[in-house]
Amino acid sequence: MGFAFLHRHRGSTAYLLLAPGMLFLTVFFLVPLGFLAYQSLESGSIDFGYAFTWSWHNYSGAISGYGKQFKRSFAYAGIATVIALLVSYPVAYWIAFRGGRWKNLLLLCIVAPFFVTYLIRTLAWQTILSDNGLVVRTLIDLHILSPGGRLLATGTAVVAGITYNFLPFMALPLYVSLEQIDHTLIEAAEDLYASKWRAFFRVTFPLSLPGVVAGTLLTFIPAAGDFINAQLLGSTTNHMIGNVINSKYNELIDYPAAAAMSFILMAIILALVLIYARAVGSEKLTG
Amino acid sequence: MTDPITRKVFLRRAAASGSILTVPGLLAACGGGSGSPSAGGGTTVAPKLAKTLHFSNWTLYIDNKPGGRHPSLDQFQKKYGVHVDYREDINDNASFFSKIEPDLARGQSTGRDIIVMTDNSRYPSLLVKKGWVEKLDKSAIPNIKNLVPQQRHPSWDPNRDYSLPWQSGFTGVGWNEKLTDPVTSMGDLLGNKKLKGKVGLLTEFSDTLALVMAYNGDDPSHITDKTFNKAIDTIQKAVHAGQIRQFYGNDYASALSNGDLVATMAWSGDIVQLQADNSHLKWQLPDTGGDIWTDNMLIPKGGDVYTASVYMNWVYTPKIAAEIEDYVNYVCPVLGAKEALVKQDPAIANNPLIFPTKQMLDNAHIIDPTALNNEKYQTTWQNLISA
Repeated sequence: MGFAFLHRHRGSTAYLLLAPGMLFLTVFFLVPLGFLAYQSLESGSIDFGYAFTWSWHNYSGAISGYGKQFKRSFAYAGIATVIALLVSYPVAYWIAFRGGRWKNLLLLCIVAPFFVTYLIRTLAWQTILSDNGLVVRTLIDLHILSPGGRLLATGTAVVAGITYNFLPFMALPLYVSLEQIDHTLIEAAEDLYASKWRAFFRVTFPLSLPGVVAGTLLTFIPAAGDFINAQLLGSTTNHMIGNVINSKYNELIDYPAAAAMSFILMAIILALVLIYARAVGSEKLTG
Repeated sequence: MTDPITRKVFLRRAAASGSILTVPGLLAACGGGSGSPSAGGGTTVAPKLAKTLHFSNWTLYIDNKPGGRHPSLDQFQKKYGVHVDYREDINDNASFFSKIEPDLARGQSTGRDIIVMTDNSRYPSLLVKKGWVEKLDKSAIPNIKNLVPQQRHPSWDPNRDYSLPWQSGFTGVGWNEKLTDPVTSMGDLLGNKKLKGKVGLLTEFSDTLALVMAYNGDDPSHITDKTFNKAIDTIQKAVHAGQIRQFYGNDYASALSNGDLVATMAWSGDIVQLQADNSHLKWQLPDTGGDIWTDNMLIPKGGDVYTASVYMNWVYTPKIAAEIEDYVNYVCPVLGAKEALVKQDPAIANNPLIFPTKQMLDNAHIIDPTALNNEKYQTTWQNLISA
């Protein structure tokens, strides 16, 4: 069958073009993933070495011991995703429909933070949210924050950091899907006596759903595994599962437990994505 | 196993020397008379100095001049023609170890010739046990005679075959006197409501544990399950009460100097250096006692033993040790450095943080080394600090 397929000119070209990508994924994704799976079933310690023993208790131990951090990760990532969507949608809408000749410049502004490395941007938030910084002092003066209150080293700061850091991943897909909308469809809705809001909810928003789906996934998935924001902006009780994996891997050198946790995290994310795709309809994933 | 080391090191060295080809090379060629046996091209195979020495250290841990210059390293380069690639990339022992562990486990060079790790962590002994550090070339370190006697026979390296102390230091409590009354007890640090949310503890297992155990009235040099659990409970209570802002590595320094922390567990010499920018910072051993530790220079497998040993010999010259001490303000392990420093900077030479008094030494505990390798303790600790 394979041969018959390759004989057709178009088919073989497609496969040739796919080959580098497939090779890359095999070497840099599938092989490490297999190694990680193997490692997650090992037991032992750094002192005496690790051995493969089908040690499933790495998984049960991760769930029973760190359920709190798993839940917190998904809660933080979920909240950050929703806020990023609410903030980005009007921005993307405005650029797509009203940006005119400034479109490219405005898009550049959204991407601009990426010119500075992730770590530095997050460290900058430490200064911005610092207890003696302008933001905290202003909020205290406005009685939004109680005297002696703080932003840095709180869950709020962690969620804010995640939202900020992943915002462009939300805004850009939204822009792309909004930009592609045929304006005559909206005019048609208005010609048929739809109000502006009704036209938006019945025409524009449904047509932008592929962007919403892509944006939420691109934000939620990396956010759930993030640990930098919790480490730099959080306090003693704001750690996410990424911090635990980091501590297992880097501090305790307990590779099997860290590998098992990574797999659990991946499995939960995959399950959530499947449920989500089902709910919104899988054709929205591809647009 | 050794093949990849030599090859990788060779390539790296070749690349490094290519980029700084001229001046240091010439100096190395001229510097033959300055105590280096490598200059003569005789019949015996004499060890040769590398062009570059890769040295990884903690932040705020060497003499420093504006523009990021380190005079002691400049002098070393001038004398031996070896450029020192000095990197301040150690923030805490555990995360640095995990950074180099994958290379060491595969028998590859870490790209470093000298690293500095603390004896109150499990890692120096682990590195020796695993065979992941090179033996010092003691023939190149005659100045080893200047090592203070009490440091000559640590349990994990009884003859100092693999290590030499860089600095020792105390773990105590630092505070900002502009923002609080003096914080001189662990009880105050962990319980004073006025400090709520403005207190830092250290991520280092032994530093935090030793101080809390001493506060509980237990002996940090003989840890039992009971005293360990009691210490964990004490810390947990403070965490639940919101007293503790975060567990810090060396990064507590910036939080303390910008006022996000009012009081924190802190390493002695750091505070002296931070006082240069913020004169309100104070430091003291807590009334129930602090701990004392030693950072050790080690040569990771694949490092250049001879060049690293020549460098170690250089820092064990009293005059050079005094120059470094004048800046870092930690406890100096080199005999004769005090006398040399008295001439340069008498105020520093009489600072008990650098040449401690007997009373301070009596009030400083050394952590139970067996607890460092207890997996159960380590896991409990990590769960506490990454809750």
